[in-house]
Parts: sequence; structure tokens; C-alpha cells
Amino acid sequence: MTERDVAVFAIRLGDDALVLGQRLTEWCGRGPFLEEDLALSNTALDYIGRARFLYQFAGSITGESEDRLAYTRDVRAFSNHLIYELPRGDFAFTMVRQFVIDAFMVPYLEALSASTCADLAAIAAKAVKESRYHLRRSAEWVVRLGDGTAESRQRVTQALTDVSGYIDELFEMDALESDLHARGVAVDRVSLRPLWQRTVAATIAEANLPEIGTGWAVRGGREGIHTEHLGFLLAEMQFMQRAYPGSTW
Amino acid sequence: MSSPERIVVVPVEEAERRERRGQSPDADLWNLLDAVTDPEIPVLSLWDLGVLRDVRRTAKGVSVVLTPTYSGCPALTVMEADVRACLHDAGHGPVDVRYELAPAWSSTWLSREARARLRSFGIAAPDDTSCPHCGSRNTRQISEFGSTACKALYRCADCLEPFDYFKAF
Repeated sequence: MTERDVAVFAIRLGDDALVLGQRLTEWCGRGPFLEEDLALSNTALDYIGRARFLYQFAGSITGESEDRLAYTRDVRAFSNHLIYELPRGDFAFTMVRQFVIDAFMVPYLEALSASTCADLAAIAAKAVKESRYHLRRSAEWVVRLGDGTAESRQRVTQALTDVSGYIDELFEMDALESDLHARGVAVDRVSLRPLWQRTVAATIAEANLPEIGTGWAVRGGREGIHTEHLGFLLAEMQFMQRAYPGSTW
Repeated sequence: MSSPERIVVVPVEEAERRERRGQSPDADLWNLLDAVTDPEIPVLSLWDLGVLRDVRRTAKGVSVVLTPTYSGCPALTVMEADVRACLHDAGHGPVDVRYELAPAWSSTWLSREARARLRSFGIAAPDDTSCPHCGSRNTRQISEFGSTACKALYRCADCLEPFDYFKAF
């Protein structure tokens, strides 16, 4: 294991956080009502804050600035899992995707807060408190929508179908993360699946929704093989630094 | 009979922070920074909030350690700028500001006095969702998130006024 591997790992987690944070910001000013608009924007801020900490930590190893990591890398250099980059869709899709991620993020960050890397452990210990709060809210929404009207139920059922194929990737390990896990730095994603399954199954049952299907799965985010959606997200997010390199507020 | 007074147990990391200030040779700097308040909650100083972790004179100037309340709190950059301005205006500098994430910030660090000031400002204090306007306990959460990341939105079912609740976190 080299220090550089730890930086690559931190950038992966930073990419996950930044891309989801950016997706959530798209709701700012478009929420179904004011309180929900604030909630989505606050959740976005939590994720963008996380991304900054992770990029700053990675940068302390590689010498790169957080702005360079966020604003001047192209699609293939981003290593986020695909689930984070999917378009926001309707409100049901946004909340279902959030729920799937929150249910994963809580045990993941709990485990990461025991990392032998003190910086990653501190970031995780901070973030897990936020994710517990996020999970409470997203699970409530899944129940409200699933057990709501025929329209909301149809939409949330569709969202569960649409997101299902992007779940497996969250629980995959590759050589780098396995090596880092063996050294106590990273988390064994595979071992988190039963916990995740329990959380999700309980909420799905409460919402009277069908189980999440497992017919298909796509992967590739960690190697930079993305859906067609990420390029559009980056084009918007990176516009200022691309058009006016090095500009500051 | 009135309810018994809340027993405030100070978490160990907060006790350490108070001891750090109590034993600091740079008491004047701590006192100076008592004037820097949360830009959104002007009745709470950064010391009250627990965001101010340390301040001390160094060979190069003044070193300040802050911790964020929430990872994405946008007020943090304003707080940092206000800390720098406060120290500069008093003739201190250069000022080095560092962020430390551990121990993770907790609303349990708020002192009893800080909680009372929050309530008098119209914001319910952590773990006490009684109405800060009329005192009724008959209140209901409207939204998990309020006007800032650290607050949720509540409404009193008796006086019908909405109010911010400083989340227990």
C-alpha cells in the first residue's frame, strides 16, 4: 500500500459525494414545497462538504487542490459509482435513490470511522451523524409515497425498478479497496449487504411496496466507465472554471 | 409542581475544551473572540456553539482551530472571515485558521446559558421542543430541515406560531 492508494480511495469517496451533492442541488428552487426544497438543499450541502474534506485530504497527499479535482477532471477521470450520477428524475426517484444510498451510507461510514487512517476516520465520524438524519427522512418519504396515493405508489414502484440495477456496484470490492481494507484503511463493502438489506426490507414492507428486483446490474464507475448522464452534469458544474480558468470569488 | 430542572451533563470533549480555555495563557485572545457570533444566530458566539476549539499565540502569530457544525455549513467561511477580522482589528496576526473534524461537533456542547439565550431568541434548544414563544409542549415538527442545516422547523399547536428548533445532533 502506498500513500497514493489512500489518496485514490479518498478521491473515489469524494467523487461519490460531490456527484450526488451536485444532483441534489438541482432541486434548489424546484422542490415540491418550501420545506422540502430546504431539506434537499441542506442534504446537498452535507454531501458537498464531505467531498471537500475528502478532496482536501487527498490533496494533502498528492498536492492537488480540491478545485482542480472538482472542476478540471473530465468524465473518465471521475470514479464515482453510477448510482450517484443518475438524473434526479421525479421526486419519487430522488427520494428512493437517496434512501438506497442512505441505508448503505450509515453502516459504511460507521465502519469507516474505525479506519486506521485518522483523517478518513474523522471525516466518516462526522458524516455518519448527517447520514443517520438523512436516512430517517428518506425512509419516511418512501413510506409516505409507497403507502400514499395510487399515483405516488406507482412512481415510487417505478423508481425502485429503475434504481435496482445500480445497487450491486455499491457492494463491490476491487484490488485497491481490498488491499486497503486488509490494512485497516478501507471498509469491506461486501459484508455490509445483509445490514443494508435489513434496513431496506423493513421500510419497503412498511410502505407496502414490492421487494427490489435483482434482474440486472451495471457497473464501471470506479474505472471511469460512466452513464451518458455524468458528462452533462460535469458540463454544468465545471462551466465557470472551464470558461474562466482559475477564476475566484 | 414545576418540572425538575434539567441536569446538564457535560461531554468529556467539551469539558476538555473548557479546561483548555481555562488554563490558556492567551485568555485575552479567547475573550476577544467571544465577540464573534454565528452569522445566523447572533446570540451565540463561536465559543458558545463549540465551533471555536482553540486559539493561541505562536512564534508566527496566532493559531485558531475551528470545527464545523455540519460538513456543508455555508456559514463556516463567514465565521472564519469574522475570526480573522476580529483578531486583525485588535492588532494580532498573521492568523492561521485550521479545521479539525475530530471530535465531531455535537449540540450537547451547548452550555446551559447558551441554551437559555437560544430560547429567548425564539429558537428551541436541542432536546427541548417546547414552544419558545408560549412554553407549550404541544408542538409538531413541520420539516426535518429549517432555515439552516442546524435547525428543524416546528409549529406550536397552542399559540400556532412556527419556530426553529436547534437540532439535537
